[in-house]
Amino acid sequence: MSKKINLTIDGIQVSVDEGTTILDAASKLNIHIPTLCYHEDLCVAGNCRVCVVEQENSRTLPAACAMPVAEGMLIHTNSGKVRVARKHIVELLLSEHNADCTKCYKNGICELQSLASQMLTGDHMFLDLVPDKRYTIDRFNSAIIKDDSRCIRCQRCVRTCEELQSVSALGVAYRGNKMKISTFFEHPLFEVVCTNCGQCVNRCPTGALIERNYVDQVWDAIYDTSKHVVVQTAPAVRIALGETLGFAPGKIVTGKMVTALKRLGFDAVLDTDFAADLTIIEEGHELLERLKSALVDKDPRVALPMATSCSPGWVKFLEHTFPELLPNLSTCKSPQQMFGALVKTYYAKKKKLDPKNVVSVSIMPCTAKKFEADRPEMRSSGYKDVDYVLTTRELAIMITQAGLEFEKLPDSHFDSIMGASTGAAVIFGTTGGVMEAAIRTVYELVTGRDVPFEDLNITPVRGTEGEVREATLLITKTKPEFRFLEGVELKCVVANGLAYAKQVMQNVKDGTASYHFIEIMACPGGCLGGGGQPIPTNKEIRAKRKEAIYKEDMGMPLRKSHDNPDVQEIYKDFLVKPLGHKSHELLHTHYTPRKRY
Amino acid sequence: MSESKLKRVDLIFGEYSSVKFKVLADTLKRSNEDILEDLTESGLKGRGGAGFPTAIKWKYAAETPSKEKYVICNADEGEPGTFKDREILTRVPRKVFSGMAICGKVIGAQKGFIYLRGEYQFLMPELKRELEQYNEHMSKMGFDFPIEIVLGSGAYICGEESALFESMEGYRGEPRNKPPFPTTYGYMGKPTVINNVETFVNVVMIMRLGPIQFKLLGTSDSRGSKVFSVSGDTPIPGIYELELGMPLEKFVEEFGDGDTKAVQVGGAAGFCVPRKKFTETVIGFEGVPTGGSMMLFNSSRSMYNVLHNYLEFFEEESCGQCTPCRVGCQQLRKGIVAVKKGDKQSLYLDQLMKLAESMKISAKCGLGQSVANSFSSIVYNFREEMIY
Repeated sequence: MSKKINLTIDGIQVSVDEGTTILDAASKLNIHIPTLCYHEDLCVAGNCRVCVVEQENSRTLPAACAMPVAEGMLIHTNSGKVRVARKHIVELLLSEHNADCTKCYKNGICELQSLASQMLTGDHMFLDLVPDKRYTIDRFNSAIIKDDSRCIRCQRCVRTCEELQSVSALGVAYRGNKMKISTFFEHPLFEVVCTNCGQCVNRCPTGALIERNYVDQVWDAIYDTSKHVVVQTAPAVRIALGETLGFAPGKIVTGKMVTALKRLGFDAVLDTDFAADLTIIEEGHELLERLKSALVDKDPRVALPMATSCSPGWVKFLEHTFPELLPNLSTCKSPQQMFGALVKTYYAKKKKLDPKNVVSVSIMPCTAKKFEADRPEMRSSGYKDVDYVLTTRELAIMITQAGLEFEKLPDSHFDSIMGASTGAAVIFGTTGGVMEAAIRTVYELVTGRDVPFEDLNITPVRGTEGEVREATLLITKTKPEFRFLEGVELKCVVANGLAYAKQVMQNVKDGTASYHFIEIMACPGGCLGGGGQPIPTNKEIRAKRKEAIYKEDMGMPLRKSHDNPDVQEIYKDFLVKPLGHKSHELLHTHYTPRKRY
Repeated sequence: MSESKLKRVDLIFGEYSSVKFKVLADTLKRSNEDILEDLTESGLKGRGGAGFPTAIKWKYAAETPSKEKYVICNADEGEPGTFKDREILTRVPRKVFSGMAICGKVIGAQKGFIYLRGEYQFLMPELKRELEQYNEHMSKMGFDFPIEIVLGSGAYICGEESALFESMEGYRGEPRNKPPFPTTYGYMGKPTVINNVETFVNVVMIMRLGPIQFKLLGTSDSRGSKVFSVSGDTPIPGIYELELGMPLEKFVEEFGDGDTKAVQVGGAAGFCVPRKKFTETVIGFEGVPTGGSMMLFNSSRSMYNVLHNYLEFFEEESCGQCTPCRVGCQQLRKGIVAVKKGDKQSLYLDQLMKLAESMKISAKCGLGQSVANSFSSIVYNFREEMIY
């Protein structure tokens, strides 16, 4: 047990563990000290100084987020000195911030704005520094827009990019009055290592880093009567959308979301989960094929371990960081792109639609999906497979714009075809989910039996944040055609967050780890913590989302991808067989090595 | 001017023994407790400007258990108007090395570094030659304490100790949050003593003279002598070693040109003392402290220009990480320009004074905290020059 420290905050005595910050100690007393650069997921910077407090017998005001408690400390969080300093600090931030709030995407949900209103900064105490700075807006990227004029240099994005993601696309450049958050030689984001994961967007307190939104374009498509607008929704959206629309984190709002989408005017509301199940079938067979080539044919060209390819942030990360390991990446497209390719081929044919009049929209927990949809190779239907990608946040905006009282909406079901899903697809939204879904199918394929886990819950591969999870599965009593896997210990590894992905791949590169199957999701916690998910985000919120995902999985009548009736039908009707000719044409892709800067 | 009223001291630069590294050799034979006791008794305070008691700093580092510890000599002499460390390193580098080695012995460090200001690169060849001799002597004495020179890249902020560590570790020179302090978490996260060049020389001096004799100079709050860098409107600019605790009036009498209207004590981060306060001002930790910089201004100088110059300097040299310093410096400079131009009323100066006060208490490091020193003292004492 750690040592207890006694101190007094605003006249109230409190006893906390050694090493606690003043900020946390105060929150125990239900005293909320305002913060800006502080974020629970990141290391403490202590640079915005908004959280300063008065410490008796100290010449200066310490930053509550960075100052550890000490025995006998006397702290005042709301003294005259503190109030003046805080107001000055917020006024200073406003003076270098482009504060035309009504033109800002973050209007109403900006942390600086709410702080300013709290401090009653009506009179603009200081000179406006923005005009002299000649800012440019980096809007050349399909996923993320960076507007330096709204940046308050809190460095949350820098810490996110470096600590959580080990990408370091964003860094601090210059010093003093010229100090700014920049990229390698100030190149636009699309020219640097940025993976578009959007974790910085999730953590930016202002409108300096935002997703490129396609709300108006989607409305235009909906209003265009000549267009048939199809929408797909990713697994992690249904467990987070409620947060922006009046529900507490962890609420499953699948039914309400479907109703809302129908009311918004989409012609068909379908489920990315269908494509997730499809991905499992294709990826599972791909894994088995690679294992067979390696174990039976001893083909030296076959790349093992095989890594999942559902997370576009991860894919781009690998293209930049370990281009030599690209052959290890599954050639399967992500569920979004499989879905997109099928919407304009299979679906259009079935529904007797001209694919050129089909608009394909996806709702994703992700900003990188926007970039993915724009990749030149994602046009295998002959059209852009996914026309617009909206984040969970953008969908919430549309629902609000349409005046729907989300909380009171009735539930409804996805349309068919391509609307059926299984529990295996739902768990694609969390770290370890793709691995678990794949094993549920592959194990049964190979042995003819269910996975040897209670209720199909393969808990050993259920990853958690901040760790690399390794698991092995012994395969016995195989079917004759999979004899080569008899007695094989399938070695799996699951990682979330690119910092951990980097560790795993470095080990693969160095040959210090021998895996068969790798699941990586670019974001902390997996897609549920994606860059397009509701703000704020923290460990607690993500844990609730994760709980909801597994609850949704348990509640599904079908739990295994190969049981999905729509998937079975599409193989019968259209694709013929996994890894078949049609699959290769529509469901698989290739990757591009990129530069490391 | 003809009759010198200030006592000139020659302890720092003087050579007292024909045997090289004699003081070091003698000191290394003593016990750590003995050395620390002498240091404590001497009342030596850091010569970089902040004036932290050296003995306490060393003691903290000595008491922190760690296999790895470091001694760093802060030779990132960047304060406008100071050039005394350059002189010390040129003339008596051996004393600096000796002071560092003594510190290494006391705290149990294995290695020392001199963080040399980027602009002082020209000192490198000579320093390296001296270091070779030092290393030779050390191996003869059987005490292993290698010293390495690290070159800065020209940022003022890297003179701040924690930014200096970051710079040495290869990162952006940005100050860290304190606590933890360097004596527990310094260079590479290890206990580190970082002292100014002159402080190490003072240590050697105390070891040679003993604390009693050292204390004969200076006052109870400011023991010993100090090297001053005298510049500005003076007929005799240069380096002078003077007793601490002198009245500014005497200093001006001796170094001024007869028309001194203000003295900037301690560089851009220091205080501006106007003529009317010369008599009551004492140079030392009890009065106006200085890292050595003494800039004299006569009546031909515009204090507005002086202040604008300082603020321009801070605006550029702030690391930019914390709000009060990054934006505050810009606001102060643009603010006085706006008042001068008449874009803002003169009352705006009061607003800026309050801002400076906020910067003083809320900035993350000494840089942002000390901008208010020159700002407030110049605006307060020369308000009319700011307006008209």
